[in-house]
Amino acid sequence: MFTISEKTKAFITKEVSRYETKRSAIIPCLFELQKDNQGWINNDCIESLSQFMNIPSKDINEVFHFYTMFNKQSVGNFHIQVCCNISCHMNGGLDLFQVLSDKFNIKPQQVSKEGLAISKVECLGSCGTAPMMQVNEKYYENLTKEKAIQLVNDLVASKKQN
Amino acid sequence: MEVKILTQHYDKPEYQSLEGYKKYEGYQQLKKALTLKPEAITEMVKQAGLRGRGGAGFPAGVKWGFLPNNGKKRYLICNADEGEPGTFKDRAMMDRAPHQLIEGMIISAFAINSPKSYIYIRGEYFESKRIVEKAIKEAYAANLLGDNILGSGFSHHMDIYSGAGAYICGEETGLISSLEGKKGQPKLKPPFPAIEGYLAHPTIVNNVETLAAVTIIIRDGVEGYRKYGTEKSPGTKLFSVSGNVVKPGNYEIPLGTPLKDVIFNLCGGLKQGRKLKAVIPGGSSAPVLNEEEAMSVNMDYEDLADKGSMLGSGAIIVIDDSNSMVELLQVLMHFYHHESCGQCTPCREGTGWLSKLSNSILEGSASLNDVKLLEKVANHMKGKTICALSDAAAFPVLSFVSKFKEEFISAATANVALQFQSKNGQSYKRG
Repeated sequence: MFTISEKTKAFITKEVSRYETKRSAIIPCLFELQKDNQGWINNDCIESLSQFMNIPSKDINEVFHFYTMFNKQSVGNFHIQVCCNISCHMNGGLDLFQVLSDKFNIKPQQVSKEGLAISKVECLGSCGTAPMMQVNEKYYENLTKEKAIQLVNDLVASKKQN
Repeated sequence: MEVKILTQHYDKPEYQSLEGYKKYEGYQQLKKALTLKPEAITEMVKQAGLRGRGGAGFPAGVKWGFLPNNGKKRYLICNADEGEPGTFKDRAMMDRAPHQLIEGMIISAFAINSPKSYIYIRGEYFESKRIVEKAIKEAYAANLLGDNILGSGFSHHMDIYSGAGAYICGEETGLISSLEGKKGQPKLKPPFPAIEGYLAHPTIVNNVETLAAVTIIIRDGVEGYRKYGTEKSPGTKLFSVSGNVVKPGNYEIPLGTPLKDVIFNLCGGLKQGRKLKAVIPGGSSAPVLNEEEAMSVNMDYEDLADKGSMLGSGAIIVIDDSNSMVELLQVLMHFYHHESCGQCTPCREGTGWLSKLSNSILEGSASLNDVKLLEKVANHMKGKTICALSDAAAFPVLSFVSKFKEEFISAATANVALQFQSKNGQSYKRG
């Protein structure tokens, strides 16, 4: 069984007290749980959360499976999300996705040896600065292929230094 | 042409902080509002003709007037779940002017007598969330939020809630379901949220831009606000322009401004001397306009409706002649299929059909009948579901196919890879 960290337990306890119903705290708690488990959530995590929050796991699963920001598998150290919706598409989003996949040898649904995962995603609300990508919580806008490759190289190098 | 009222101080970095915001008369309108009667503020918003800036365009003051006097706690929710492809104005507002939003929200909460509000912010907007969270803390520390605000006797508490990547949570009842800790599936209306919303309490859901505009109405008064725009679409509006223009970005213009002025003057025209082919004038769900229509339409609710489209969220997506309309429709249909909440059969199944059909037309593996079928499925989806996502998928299909029929017929009958190659020279397939 997954062990929820003390820090996350404290977060959950506080979060639950903020709402009139416990259920309202499920989304924020899942975000915190995801951080606790290196960026993704599995059935074990859900069961642990269910027990700790005293909410049936079916209710938590309903939320977990509905929302795309809860990762069902590992997304490595750096989850590169390339927007491929209409405005980014017109400005080379798909090309950007392909170049990064090829250059860093990232296979769909897998994590590369450098700890990179890549996804095509829908609109990220950055259409005026297309093409763009999001890496973990940060937006990188007005990209060219060269700029994007450099950015990812820098991210990988920064991880190695740490 | 640009009239910077809401966005007057967007270029000043200090505007993000409480101290900086106060330099430019920040929270002066709240002080003024707290001396007025709540009903008077609602009446001002009604008279000013402020329409919801999130997409539906419903008059904000009228919506507030629907709240029942049943003694139940009322909630105010700011819809900051900006997800309509092409739209990026609310993100800019939260990043650059978070206090402008908070001030508008406190005034609105006072007007509707709500002790508690939530800002439901798009999950992907981590940075915006941090900025707004910091601004809320600053506002609490300055007694602009909390108990007995500025000694007025009015108390209001505000919180932020993060979405988790679902387009449908931009629909107000989907948003409420999400805030209740459920799947973000829309609810059947009536009852409307104003009667029965968050946890069955009367709830007002307004967009970021709408709530921020309330402050401007207090400052400039009804006449001052109506100085810009048209009789039925008063005021200014933030438009997000993207696609193939030289200078994409957010522009605040009076409602009623000709679209051609926006594209060719404000945005510097099309890139690399390309020719205008089409414009989606109000976010990806708005019916597309061909060149002729785009050149003659004014950006207000009525004129766009007359031309068979809609203002929506104010996202102008400019398409030049290097694009295949078949390819762009396929991208949009993939999106709507991906984002359908699955609750209503016509939407769940229909968006799947639209996505598959547009994909096979694009790949050259379809027939002429498939183009007809595409339209038929879209027609069957209109007005058949709990929320408007089904319509949002059907409108682009019907407008793209009717206005660019030759392209669809040509692609469907070519039975070869693509009439138009995608920009990277590869045929476009999505998983």
